[in-house]
Amino acid sequence: MSAEVKLDTGMFTVSASPHIRCDESISKIMWTVNTALAPAALFSIYQFGIGAFSTLALCIAVCVLTEYLIQKWQEKPITINDGSAFLTGLLLGMNIPPDVPWYMPIFGSVVAIGIAKHTMGGLGFNIFNPALIGRASLVASWPVLMTTWPKMDMPGKVDALTTATPLGILKMEGYAKLVEVFGDQATMYKAMFLGTHGGSMGETSAVLLILGGFYLIYRGYVNWQIPVVMISTVAVLTWIFGGLYNVSGSTGLLTGDPILSILSGGLILGAFFMATDMVTIPITVKGQIIFAAGAGALTVLIRLQGGYPEGVCYAILLMNSVTPLIDRAIKPVRFGKTV
Amino acid sequence: MAKSFRGGVHPDDRKRYTAAKSIEVAPLPQKLIIPTRQHLGAPCAPIVKVGDLVKKGQVIAEAQAFVASPIHASTSGKVVEVAEYPHPVFGACQAVVIESDGKDEWAPGLPLSRDWQSLDVKELKEIVRLAGLVGMGGATFPTHVKMSPPPEKPIDSFILNGAECEPYLTADHRVMLEQTERIITGMKIAMKILGVSKGYVGIEKNKPDAIEIIRKACTGSAIEVVPLKTKYPQGAEKTLIKVILDREVPSGGLPMDVGTVVQNVGTMVAMADAVEKGIPLIERVATITGGAIAEPKNILLRVGATFAQAIELCGGFKEQPVKVIMGGPMMGMAQRTVEVPVIKGTSGILALSAADVNMGDEQPCIRCGRCIEACPMGLVPNMLSILGERGPFEVAVKEYNVLDCVECGSCVYVCPAKRNIVQYIKLCKAQNAAQAAAKK
Repeated sequence: MSAEVKLDTGMFTVSASPHIRCDESISKIMWTVNTALAPAALFSIYQFGIGAFSTLALCIAVCVLTEYLIQKWQEKPITINDGSAFLTGLLLGMNIPPDVPWYMPIFGSVVAIGIAKHTMGGLGFNIFNPALIGRASLVASWPVLMTTWPKMDMPGKVDALTTATPLGILKMEGYAKLVEVFGDQATMYKAMFLGTHGGSMGETSAVLLILGGFYLIYRGYVNWQIPVVMISTVAVLTWIFGGLYNVSGSTGLLTGDPILSILSGGLILGAFFMATDMVTIPITVKGQIIFAAGAGALTVLIRLQGGYPEGVCYAILLMNSVTPLIDRAIKPVRFGKTV
Repeated sequence: MAKSFRGGVHPDDRKRYTAAKSIEVAPLPQKLIIPTRQHLGAPCAPIVKVGDLVKKGQVIAEAQAFVASPIHASTSGKVVEVAEYPHPVFGACQAVVIESDGKDEWAPGLPLSRDWQSLDVKELKEIVRLAGLVGMGGATFPTHVKMSPPPEKPIDSFILNGAECEPYLTADHRVMLEQTERIITGMKIAMKILGVSKGYVGIEKNKPDAIEIIRKACTGSAIEVVPLKTKYPQGAEKTLIKVILDREVPSGGLPMDVGTVVQNVGTMVAMADAVEKGIPLIERVATITGGAIAEPKNILLRVGATFAQAIELCGGFKEQPVKVIMGGPMMGMAQRTVEVPVIKGTSGILALSAADVNMGDEQPCIRCGRCIEACPMGLVPNMLSILGERGPFEVAVKEYNVLDCVECGSCVYVCPAKRNIVQYIKLCKAQNAAQAAAKK
């Protein structure tokens, strides 16, 4: 031992191997997902103005505060810095219209964190995606307010009128009317891809959500199979069964509009940020593929046959409920099993 | 393309501290603490008593079971104590303490000179057994047992494990570079004992110099060098066999079940020394390194020298170590004290600083799936950790195959929630063993 450093042999930590860890952590993962969502969130504030900002801020603040109070009350370690409550708030905010009354974000956030997350035992133990439970509770409680949206005349300017979302128009008035609203089909696709149309905040800018999703795939926090399988299932089934999505009133099979089905509603947000929530989806890649295909199929079923114009939220929640079954059925191939 | 296996992790290998450092020979310690248990299996019984004078290479503790390996004096001197001492693996163990006379005199007839080719298989096996050879990669399984597969398990190939996939460790690497001929000789002896004609040397690609030098030395022989992808746990027997022979050792099975035997680099040097020179296993090369060590080195140490002496030879500590480990950081054993002796399985002595270990508090599993991707055995580690925490343990055994876990630690390494998955798995295994014992 060198003279300067006095060895304190009582200080060695004795624990089981391994003795080194990678530098990943839960908070790193959660804050990275928050970062990936940030561009789309900021764009929606730019689009919808102060209403969007206050809704997002309220969701985030109430989610974090609810988590704090519950953990304080239960005398558990306070984990609001890990970014997970923040993420729930951000996701919930992006799932609701920008100009809802103030009590709605508060109600949704308390349900999301208080019921969906902490009655189950907190982070890691919740079966359902908290943000989606928050959204579902709002749709059930204020169905009209949850399906009415500020009308966009041009980017950055909001007038006082409200209108239905593209999927709402589709449901009520049909495909031809939807195209008419935008002018022509190409303009409609472009507006939806860039996010210059009305919708809940996270349903608008497809391109920014996709970029955020790609970043998560690049960082290894999301398996590419989930969004790819979910989105392509929706596209293919819509194309096959058409229904409301049938172009120019045709009723035959194989005439649905797959591009509209991808770009409309919350599919992109759901496929990249909700169906990829580690806690509530199957743990193996194979299981995740089944999950994503099931969520895609249920989305189409609800959109075409259900009472709601949008089906992503319920589709993912329904698949969350079968995650434990998928995990029991789909296990990795055991080494040495073939012999 | 270097060959690989499914799963595994790729930690920063941190071998740069010592990879280029030639093996130094440690000076003779004044006092040697030689435990009577240095292998998996039954402990040995000391055959010397306080006051006895011993010579270097003389047997001081005899093996009394088949799965046991005798222990020899690592220098000449006087037995001053036979007592319980700290042990790097078993916590505490009976040890023979020898005070060196400074002469380092060999026992009569040692070292000798023998032509291994003139010896038959039976003689070779007996030499290996009497020389106290054990697996020097850290598992310390008695070599003669491994070299005696039952006749119903035919062996067709031999694998030398030069992977050295543990971060930090470079002892095998240096031995491959500096004692190439000894390794090849040891390997040929092993192949003769097993009666196989085909041999493989698996070396990770992060040791290109070792691949080249061994390949050159094997030219024209039936030994093939197989470069392996740099990935942990490449050097675990099961993954190594999968990569080199594309055979999967069955669940609960041994390499001999798929017709092969795997040995460590250091063990082959010891085999050559034992057979050609009659020298028993009394010293070994270890890497002394880690962020808390002033000057990391590869050192040839006597069995019985203390960790403290080895660390002293490396300039001591430059900062307070958080952990001191025998072996590599992934599978090594954490130590309570540096006053433990070097044993036959001491492949490394690591003194890790706080920056090295990256601990952190355990959090709940967020089911990210990284442990599943990392598991080379195709298990579901996150589920095992939860079962270990709350039970029921039978489910871990029956539905989640906990007994197949090789405890490589890949799952713990990648876990963002810093869960001590291997610890829970060990608990499951221990509970299962206890229940099985209770039934009998």
